[in-house]
Amino acid sequence: MGTIGIHHYLYLSAILFFIGAFGVLFRRNLLVILMSIELMLNAVNLSFIAFARHNGTTDGHVAAFFVMALAAAEAGIGLAILVMVFRNRTSVQADDLTLMRD
Amino acid sequence: MDAILFYILAFLAVAGGLLMVSLKNPLSGAFSLILSLCSLAGLFAMLHAEFVFILQILVYAGAIMVLVIFTIMLLNLKTEELQEAPVGWMRAILTAVLCAAAAFGAIQIFGHVQPQAIQVAPDFGSMETVGRSMLSDFVYPFEVISLILLVAIVGVVLLAKKVI
Repeated sequence: MGTIGIHHYLYLSAILFFIGAFGVLFRRNLLVILMSIELMLNAVNLSFIAFARHNGTTDGHVAAFFVMALAAAEAGIGLAILVMVFRNRTSVQADDLTLMRD
Repeated sequence: MDAILFYILAFLAVAGGLLMVSLKNPLSGAFSLILSLCSLAGLFAMLHAEFVFILQILVYAGAIMVLVIFTIMLLNLKTEELQEAPVGWMRAILTAVLCAAAAFGAIQIFGHVQPQAIQVAPDFGSMETVGRSMLSDFVYPFEVISLILLVAIVGVVLLAKKVI
């Protein structure tokens, strides 16, 4: 086991970020895509906090706070767009949104 | 002790994330994401970030996920509406390999960070220290964030309204 250093947190952050990226690239359900973006933002927050602890300053905490505020705005707007899409298309699948392609 | 706690929380965070991307039903996915977010909050607490820990529980696992779950329940999707167009095996494998390769690369880069043991003050990461830093060094971004939130509120109202 050993002691837990900054590396462990950074590795975990990388793994979580790419789980989220996999969700965004692989899934076609808009709700799951939005939640995957939330997971990616959280992974970034984890590395902010880990580096803040590593450097002994609280600047990373402020950055994490800003990321959270942006995530809240993103979730609100994303879900509002999703509700509007569902109202017009009765579907939440990304594959059904082909208005600009046809 | 720290190590055991870290591995438990890390396992829960990764398991919640994996369940979220793999479960068909978005509601089960949302609950697995809450599990992941709460374990991340525990990791923040282990890193002496108590202010961010409280915010993570309140804002993320609380407000944002309530909004997501509320929307899922509002849409009330039927099982046939949750059927996703089958993704080709080639594309699935390609995506997985690309993500794994990128994660491996990131881990390689992170390996170059020199670990250093810094003793932090007992009030490190408390609401007072973070608040002081936020309202002195970062006061300009702080104001911009409030503007962004205002724009988001107006935008959401406009988007979700049936007739403008």
